[in-house]
Order: sequence, then structure tokens, then C-alpha cells
Amino acid sequence: MFGAQVTALSPPSVDYTAMLPVLIVLGAAAVGVLLEAFVPRHLRWSVQVTVSLVALAGAGIALGAYVPGAPAQGVTTMVDTLAIDAPALFLWGTLLALSFVALLFIAERTVEPGGAFVSQAALRGAAGAGGSVSTREPETTGGRDGAAPADGARGMQTEIFPLTLFALGGMMTFVAANDLLTMFIALEVLSLPLYLMCGLARRRRLLSQESAVKYFLLGAFASAFFLYGLALLYGYAGSVRLGDIATAAAGSDRSDTLLFAGFGLLVVGLLFKGSVGPFHAWTPDVYQGAPTSVTGFMAACTKVAAFGAMLRVLYVGFEGVSWEWRGILWAVAIVSMAVGAVLGLTQRDVKRMIAYSSIAHAGFLVIGVMTLSDSGLAATMFYLLAYGFTTLAAFAVVSLVRDADGEATDLSSWAGLAKRSPLIAGVFTFLLLALAGIPLTSGFVGKFVVFSAALGEGLAPLVVLALVFSAVAAFYYLRVVVVMYFSEPAAGGASVTVPGAFTTVTIAAGTIVTLLLGIYPGFALEWAGAGGFAF
Amino acid sequence: MPMLEAEPAAAATDVWHFAQEAGVTSSVETYLPLVLLLALSTGFALFSVVIAPLVGPKRYNSAKVEPYECGIEASPQPVVGGGRIPVKFYLTGMLFILFDIEMVFLYPYAVAADSIGLFGFVAVTIFIVAITVPYVYEWARGGLEWD
Amino acid sequence: MIASSWLLVALPALGALVLLAGGKRTDGWGHLLGCATVIASFAYALALFTTLLGRQAADRSAEAHLFSWIPVGELQVDIALLIDPLSVTFALLITGVGAVIHVYSLGYMGDDPERRKFFAYMNLFVAAMLVLVLGNGFVSLYLGWEGVGLASYLLIGFWQYKPSAATAAKKAFVMNRVGDIGLAVAIFLMWKHIGGTSYAEVFAGIGDVPTDVALVIALLLLLGACGKSGQVPLQAWLPDAMEGPTPVSALIHAATMVTAGVYLIARANPIYNVTPTGQLVVTIIGAVTLLVGAIIGCAYDDIKKVLAYSTVSQIGYMMLAVGLGPFGYALAIMHLLTHGFFKAGLFLGAGSVMHGMNDEVDMRKFGGLYRKMPITFVTFGLGYLALIGFPFLSGYYSKDAIIDAAFGQGGWQGWVFGGAALLGAGITAFYMTRLMVLTFFGKQRWAELTDSEGREFHPHESGPVMTVPMMLLAVGSVGAGYFFVQGERLVHWLTPSLGELEHGAEPVLGHGTVVAATMTAVALGVVLAVLLVARPETPVERPARVSAVVQAARADLYGNALNEALFARPGIWLSRALVYVDNRGVDGVVNGLAAGLGGGSGRLRRLQTGFVRSYALSMLAGAGVLLGLLLMVRFV
Repeated sequence: MFGAQVTALSPPSVDYTAMLPVLIVLGAAAVGVLLEAFVPRHLRWSVQVTVSLVALAGAGIALGAYVPGAPAQGVTTMVDTLAIDAPALFLWGTLLALSFVALLFIAERTVEPGGAFVSQAALRGAAGAGGSVSTREPETTGGRDGAAPADGARGMQTEIFPLTLFALGGMMTFVAANDLLTMFIALEVLSLPLYLMCGLARRRRLLSQESAVKYFLLGAFASAFFLYGLALLYGYAGSVRLGDIATAAAGSDRSDTLLFAGFGLLVVGLLFKGSVGPFHAWTPDVYQGAPTSVTGFMAACTKVAAFGAMLRVLYVGFEGVSWEWRGILWAVAIVSMAVGAVLGLTQRDVKRMIAYSSIAHAGFLVIGVMTLSDSGLAATMFYLLAYGFTTLAAFAVVSLVRDADGEATDLSSWAGLAKRSPLIAGVFTFLLLALAGIPLTSGFVGKFVVFSAALGEGLAPLVVLALVFSAVAAFYYLRVVVVMYFSEPAAGGASVTVPGAFTTVTIAAGTIVTLLLGIYPGFALEWAGAGGFAF
Repeated sequence: MPMLEAEPAAAATDVWHFAQEAGVTSSVETYLPLVLLLALSTGFALFSVVIAPLVGPKRYNSAKVEPYECGIEASPQPVVGGGRIPVKFYLTGMLFILFDIEMVFLYPYAVAADSIGLFGFVAVTIFIVAITVPYVYEWARGGLEWD
Repeated sequence: MIASSWLLVALPALGALVLLAGGKRTDGWGHLLGCATVIASFAYALALFTTLLGRQAADRSAEAHLFSWIPVGELQVDIALLIDPLSVTFALLITGVGAVIHVYSLGYMGDDPERRKFFAYMNLFVAAMLVLVLGNGFVSLYLGWEGVGLASYLLIGFWQYKPSAATAAKKAFVMNRVGDIGLAVAIFLMWKHIGGTSYAEVFAGIGDVPTDVALVIALLLLLGACGKSGQVPLQAWLPDAMEGPTPVSALIHAATMVTAGVYLIARANPIYNVTPTGQLVVTIIGAVTLLVGAIIGCAYDDIKKVLAYSTVSQIGYMMLAVGLGPFGYALAIMHLLTHGFFKAGLFLGAGSVMHGMNDEVDMRKFGGLYRKMPITFVTFGLGYLALIGFPFLSGYYSKDAIIDAAFGQGGWQGWVFGGAALLGAGITAFYMTRLMVLTFFGKQRWAELTDSEGREFHPHESGPVMTVPMMLLAVGSVGAGYFFVQGERLVHWLTPSLGELEHGAEPVLGHGTVVAATMTAVALGVVLAVLLVARPETPVERPARVSAVVQAARADLYGNALNEALFARPGIWLSRALVYVDNRGVDGVVNGLAAGLGGGSGRLRRLQTGFVRSYALSMLAGAGVLLGLLLMVRFV
């Protein structure tokens, strides 16, 4: 009975050259896990850093070698589950570049002696009964909550590197997934390592673990939405492939309830990942609690992945019914911009402030996604690239401002920072200006191209609102500048730690890219506009 | 159940289309195995429940009256540490489920091993490697040791 | 020559870069480099100017394409410089006055520990301002626009230890953003309706744009201009900006940056030419501002604030003029140039006074300073005479021409705007005379006073590095107007940029009558001021019991209150409301429920486990609303 179908099975064709970057990243992640198992502890950090960076560089080279000869229309491979087209390639490049820089930031271990990551606090045996919470690896335990990490200075949790690579592999698959099931798997592959990474902070462990649990619970909740939407869409179209859903939506007389209910749930899952209001609630807590380098990685790369996927879903799967959902995304964009811009005003914590800024930026990005035009696609992807580097560098700066208890993220301890460390204050000011969208920064070009694309599609009221909200948001960026430059240094306030080579590279790369994309964005814009989606 | 026109070869290799095609024929005999399976499993469950008290030995001890005979105490016991259940237990349990469940995926391969040939073999090998890597990690880092 | 005109911008930008990046190593010579780059830039601008002079009028407009900035799809934005009479005129003003003020700053900021940074920011400002005026399109204008805003922000807050400086800087930035939104939206509208943002494209296509869209663009540009130029209703930041060092006030908040709004409207003249309503609004804003600025200027005792409101008022004149149409553009530019000379001179004079008076700014503590500071007195006096429009000095030619042109509008507009301009001239004469009298004449009130730190005042003349720039500017204050008017030199020179000169409708008053009326108004103002201020003894403390008019003027005609009510309050309320909803609404519902069910201890424990459920609830609610809306859109 089943034999008839089984004989019809034939091996799918796989375009290995096109997929090579993803394969390298995931392969290196698996190798990283084995290294954790077999490499002696004192060598792990250097081996892991080397392997991860080499893998990322290798994936970048593979991508670079593939792009010039890539088919203009893109290819789909693995039984059409992956679409490796111009947008996917651009986003892969963006993700790889951002991850490379983020990985350097993560690898830093001179700013926080021993590195920023530990798996457990050093409360050995105190919390568990009868050794039930035994510390498997006493060597890697870190300092107590807020205490000086004297006893934990010996090493960091090097699992962070394979975890980062797994998350990156998931993100790369996410943005290239041509059907919703692959997209869901990729969503989980990118999310699970992130949940874990959030809980690894050496300092303020409770906050860190709380953020991990929150992110996990809400993330699972959002995944459930996504999955439910997927199921409904399968019920509607009889396929999970985006192209088939589009075809079904265009030419069927079936009840649209399934289609729109499924679409709505699916989009909720994606909006959550992009920290778009009103699905943003996790963002400030998680950004604040997670180790700063992980926050940087998340803020930059998760945003790229989430919006990359959103672009593909909306452009390929639901363009035909855009009339019905555009109004909803109008509301979502406005809520996100309003929440990010207005609630950011009252934040006292720098990391939370950047989190709210990211919510506002997510609103701008939704505007770009909604355009459904070629220029909107290119503009949104450029925005992602620009925003990623800026925010990554901003978090790297945040990680340097420290007092006796680790990072001093409260705004009051940043008072008068410019007097003690003019260079860092200057760099941070520049990055904040980029976030605010001042010309000669990538932030301006990004906003400019996104908003002009949106205007071309008749979203003028939204653009006006976006400009208003970006002016509101500029106010809290400015407040940080005022505090840094125009306030008297607080007694016992934070000071700037001399960054290690890794963090220096992170900040320098982020700042230079921000400046470069502001002055000469032509290269990136051209690549971003190289072509549309394949499906 | 409506069916979209798709290329037969591609559709057949796609699990989802595969399931779909099974439904398309929509004749009664397609569902016969399902009905049989349903009847069989229900019957087996009923049979086990009924037969156990009838033929089983009745030697009661304290463990026997527990709802689950797996080591977890159903209600917290007043021992040191607030009567919590050792977290180790869950850890090992989860690891077991992870590796166990993933092996289930080998069954579909076994059914189709002939028709998908070398490609399928390589794919399944990769799959097994992908399970083995974390297993090795767990083992090497002491995750499988009870103490 | 033109192809390498990017050097004009690059020189000061390089100076800023070296000073900022070089750090303390450049402390010794950085300020000299700052001056040198601006002077070199001025020399280049002069050379450019002579090059253009050597050409036929029709060939005096050229573009220097640098590179393609934002190429995405149909949107092509290039970085290119437009060298034409208007932009070169501005380049000369910016680099010329800029160079003079840089030299002056060598003396004024000589003892400041942050001198290097000051010169870096000043260079940054000059570079950004040059980008603003030399760019070939609205996007590069916007680039410079934000750049000068940033430099201005940094310089207003330069003396960071003064909380008032920080507040003023913030206020300037935020109010400018309000204007910037207008400019940005205008640019986006141009792109949408015309398909380009360069001047050439926009001006070629503006005729095909629907009238109402053109009007909206014109009004939005005006909003931008109002923010940058301190026009009603966005004027309140400019007087506060005087917290910055005096050279900054002279260069940025008197001579150059604040006139960018006038430049914008003059440059965008083809847009305004197609919307008479837009022109009318510009004129009204100008007329209102010139009166508001002049009236408030009468009430302040702070010498720099009086000058600041004078600037607001004088820019009001320029706005009025650009609103008058083709003839007005050239007049506005002429007044802008002469104003650049005499107002910068006045500020430098005020700075010189403050320099000699322990940085005191309260005019009530001055008095009789002409003996102690003769050079400052003479140069300041010439600037004063030029400003009030004393015959044959600069202001006489430029301002009276505007008044004349305002009357020349004909009909009710002629009477209203001409009357406002005339009245403004009278009030200007009043408050400026008051300033002169309080500062340089009368009793030496400072002799019996000490400053806030208890030191005695020992007024003295400033050194040559400060007085020479003041003299140079005084020469401009005296002669520039005559030079420009001679044979309508400036108007002809600007024709390629601003279009042919046209005279308006039948004037409601003859030229002679207007001149006579203006002179009468000015004379009345001067006499009134002398009678009211110089005759009675000036109290050192400012009297508290004054008439309602003075109180209103002292409160900036309630401009701040208005701004607060319009912009700040709703923002704060909105923010508070959202925070409230975030904290109380969602969490409150959940927590309240939990408390009711689980009792006090349960509630505490739940609080400790965090609010993840309320987050989940908010997500669920969001998803529910989203789904509901989606299905509603579909089926209703």
C-alpha cells in the first residue's frame, strides 16, 4: 500500500556550493561541541576562538566566491526548501559580517577578567540537597552575584562559541527558508542557543538568568503562535511552501478565515523575534539582563534574521493579499515606534534605553517591509546592515563603562564620562547620532532610503509619523550625550576600562562601518538591490 | 482534501506532499490500516489494563502503591533541602528522551532505504553524527554520571 | 578651479579632524591650524569668486560632481557642489566672517583649557555650513543642515559646567529637530512628486506639481527655516543659545547659521514663485517675528540676549523680504550680508565688553564704558548705527530697501507689512539705543559693584587680536551696504541664482515718503530711548514692579510657555500615560488577579518570579487584536 509511494522517492538535488556558507557554519558548530568535549580546559578558549573565526571567515570566502557567479534569479535547493537568491545572499553576508564582529566581542576576556560567561554561580552545594545541584565543573564557576570574580577568573564558559555558531546557522537558514516548516526549524535552531546564551553572565547572575527564562518562555509562546499559524496555512493551501500559499491565495474560493488567521499568527511569531511592539515586552528585560556581548549579537543579528524572514514571507507568500494586511502592519509599525520612542524617554538604564531604541527601529523597519517594492526590499536590508553594526558597537562601548560591580549601565554613573574618557564618549556620541539618523552616518542613509521607498508606495502618513517619532527618540539619545558631556562626574561613578584588542576591533569596526555606510553607501545599496526573491 | 498541482517527482519526495497524496485517493481502503491500527491499539490498551490485575502477582510494598514506579515521589518528602526532587533526575530523563526520540526518525529511513540509495544513506549518517556529537559531549563532560 | 571646489569644505573639515583626532598633542598649535584652514578656505572662496566674475552672467553656474551618495533604484542622490553666485556669496560670508571670528577667538578663548576643542567645533561648523550652502540639492542641504545643528549644539553647550548651557544646548537641538522634520518631509514629498531632490530636478519639475502639494512643500520648508532661523513660533531657543562663548554667538547665532533659513527660502525661490499663498505665509511669519523679536529685545538686561532678540527680529526682516517675491530675494540676501557684518561686529563688541568686565552680561552693571574701551566703543557704535539704519551705513541701504519693498506690495499687504517693518525699525532704534546708553554712557555703575565672585570690575580694552577683527567688521558695517547698492551690483550678481529682478505692484507710498517715515521712526525710537533710559538714574537691580507689557516681554512674550504647552507637555503626558499602562495596566490586572487568588504571600512570590506572564498576556492581547483586525478587514 505504501510501497507505491516509496518507490517514487528519489534523492533531492542539493546545490552544495550555494549552501556552503551555512554548511560551514553548522559544521564548525558541531566541531566546536566536540572540542568542548576533548580539548583540555586551558586550551579551549584559544582553540574555540580560532575555530569559530576561521569558520566564519571560511563561510565568508565561500559566500564571496559564490556571489559573483550566482544565477541572477537565485536558486532553490533541497527540494525547494531553501531559496538562495539575491536577498538571501545579501543577508548572509550581513549576518556573517556582524557575527564575526560580535564573536570578537564575545571572545573578549580582558575587560571582564576571565571572560564574561560562566555557567553557574559559585554557590557550590549551598542550594542543593544532597549534592543534587552538583557542580559538574567546579573549575569554570564564576564569581558570586556582583562580587569580584577572583575565584572565577580562571576561565569562561567556552560553549558560548558553538552556541553562537548554531544560532548563526539558524539565522542563515531562517532568512533563506522557502517553506514555513524549514523556517520554523530554523527559528528554533536560532532561538534555543540564544536563550541559553542570555543566562551566562558572570555578573548579576540573577538578572541574567531571569532574562534567559523570560526570553525562553516568551519565545516558546511566540514559536507556538508561529507553529499554529503554519498549521492553519497548511490547512488553507495544502502546502507549507510560500510560493504555493501565494498561488492558493490568488486563485481559490476557499474560506479566507484560515488564510488570514494563519497569516496573523505567523506574523506574530516573526514580530516577536524582531522585537516589534506590541510584541516587544521581552526586549528591555532581556537586553538588560543578558551579557552585553550576547545582547549585542542578539540586537544585531536576530533583528537581521527576523526581518529577513519577514521580508520573504510577506513578499513571496502574501504580496497578493497585501490589501488586507497592510492596515494591520500600519498599526503595528505605529505602536512599535510609539512604544520605542516614548517609553525610551523614561529609561535610566543605558542597555534598556538601547532596547527601546531597537523597538523604535523595528517600527521603522516594519515600514520598509510593508512597501513590497524592490527599492523597499533593498532599503530594508540596507537598514538592517547599518543598524546591526551601529548597535553592536554601541553595546561594545556599554561593556567598557564599568565600576566596581561590573558594568555600570545606570545613566547616572555615566555622568561626566566625556571628561575622563573623551574618545569613548565621542565614539558613543557618534553611534547615538547614527541611531538618531543624523546625516553622514549610516543611520541617516538607512532611514532616508526606507522612508523614500515607503513614500513611493503611498505610505506618506506613516513616514511623517516615523519622522516625528525619530525626533522624539533623538531626545533620549541626546540625554545620554548631555549626561556624558554636560554633567559633573558623579562621585564613585563609572570609569572606562581599557578595552582589550577584541573589543577594540569590535568598536572600531562598528564605528567605521557606520561612518562608511553614511558617506559611501553605494556599494552596499547596490548589492542589496541586486535582485528579488526566488521561490 | 484538495490538492495542488505539483510536479510528481518533487511532490513525492516531499513528506508533506507524500501525506497529501495518501489522502487524495480518498477511497475507503486507504483508511483501512488506520482503522485497524486504532482498533489494535485500543484493544491492546484495554487488554493490558484488564489482564494485569487478573493474572499479575499481588505482592504489595510501599513502591507499588506509588502512582508511578519510576523513582519520583509523588509528594515532596520532608528531607534536607526542602524536599525537592533531584534535578539530576530530570536531566538524565531529558537526555534519554532526546536521544531516544531522535532514533525514531530512523524508521522512515529504514522503510525507504532502498529507493533513496546512497543519498539517503549519507543523509542518515549525517543525522546519526549529529546525534552522536552531543552524546559524546555529554559523556565527555560528565553529563551522564549520576554523582 | 570649480572642479576642485570641494577643497573649500575639505580644508576646515580637515582642521576639525586633526584637532579632534590629534587629542592633546595638538593643544599647542591646534588653534592656529583652525584659523589657517578657515583663512585658506576664504582665500579659495575669493579665488572662486573672481573666477565667476570673469565669466558671462549666464555661465556663472556650475556643478562639481563628487560622487554618487545614495543610489538605490530610481532614487539617485549625488554629492555635488553647486557653484553659483548665491552659493559663492554665502561661501564668502561664511569663510570671511568665519576667519575674522576665528582670529578674534584666539584672544577670546586664549585662556580656555578646552581651546583646542573649541576650534575643532568651530571648524566643524564652518565645514558643515559650507556643505549646506554649496550642495546641489536638498539632501546635501539637509546634510549640512544637521551638521550645523550638531556643531551649534556642541558649541552652545561648550561651557559644560554651566547647567544653563547644557539646558540651552538641549533646547536648541530639540527645537531644531521640530524644524528638521518639516524639511525632511518636504524633501520626501519632492522625491515623491518630482522624482528627484537636486535643485535642478526640483525646480524643473515644480511647475507640474499640483498647487496644493507645492504649497505643502513650501510650508514645510518654511517650518524648517523657522526652526533654524529662530522664527516664530520656534524662536525661543536662539536667545538661550547665547550661553555659548561669544564668538559662537557672533558666527553661528548671528552671522551665518541662523540665516540658513533665509538661504533655504531664497534658494528654493522657484517653489515659492508658484505658490503665492506660501509666499504670503513667509511674509506674515517674517512680519510677526520682526515685531516679536524687537519687542522682547526691549525688556532684557542681558546684553547678549538683547542682541539675540535683535537677530531674531532682523531675520524676521529677511523672511519678510524673501516672502515678497523675486525682488525681495536679493534684498533679503543683501540684508543678510550686511547684517552678517554688523551683527557679528556687535557680538564681538559685546564679547570684548564682557572680556573686560569679568564676563558680566547684565547691562545694568555697565555704564560709561566708552572711556575705558574706546576701540570697542567706536566699532560697536558703528555696528549700532548700521543696525538702526543710520543714513549711508550698511543697514540703511539694506533694511530701508526692505521696508520700501514691503510698502511696494500694494493693497492691504503693502500697508500691513510696510507698517510692521516701519514699526519694527522704530523699536529697533529704541532697544539698541537703550543698549548703547546703558553700556557705554551714563554713570560708571560698575565702579561700586563687584561680580558674583566678589571681584571688582576693572574694565580694560581688549588686545589687538580681538580689536582688529572688530575693526574689520566695522568697516563692513559702514561700507558694505553702499558697495552692494552701487549700480545694483549685488542684485545683478545674484540674478543667475535668484532670477530676474522685478519690481512689485504700485507702491502704496512713494519711495521718498518711506525713507522719510523710516528716518522719523528711527529718530523717535532713539529719542525715546534717550529720554527714558539715559535721563533717569538706572537702577542696578531690575525693577520688579513693571507694566504688564514689560512683564510679557520679559517672559519672551510667553514663547517658552507656549512651546512647553505645545511640545513638551503632551510628550511628557504621553510618556507618563504609556509607562502607567505598561506598569499598572497589564501588570496590574495580572497582579491584582493573583493577589485576589493567592493572598499576600503568593503575591509577593509571584512578584519575585517576574512579570513574564504579564508580558505573555500583552503578547496574547496584541495577537488577539491583530487577528481580530485582520479578519475584520477581510470580512466586514
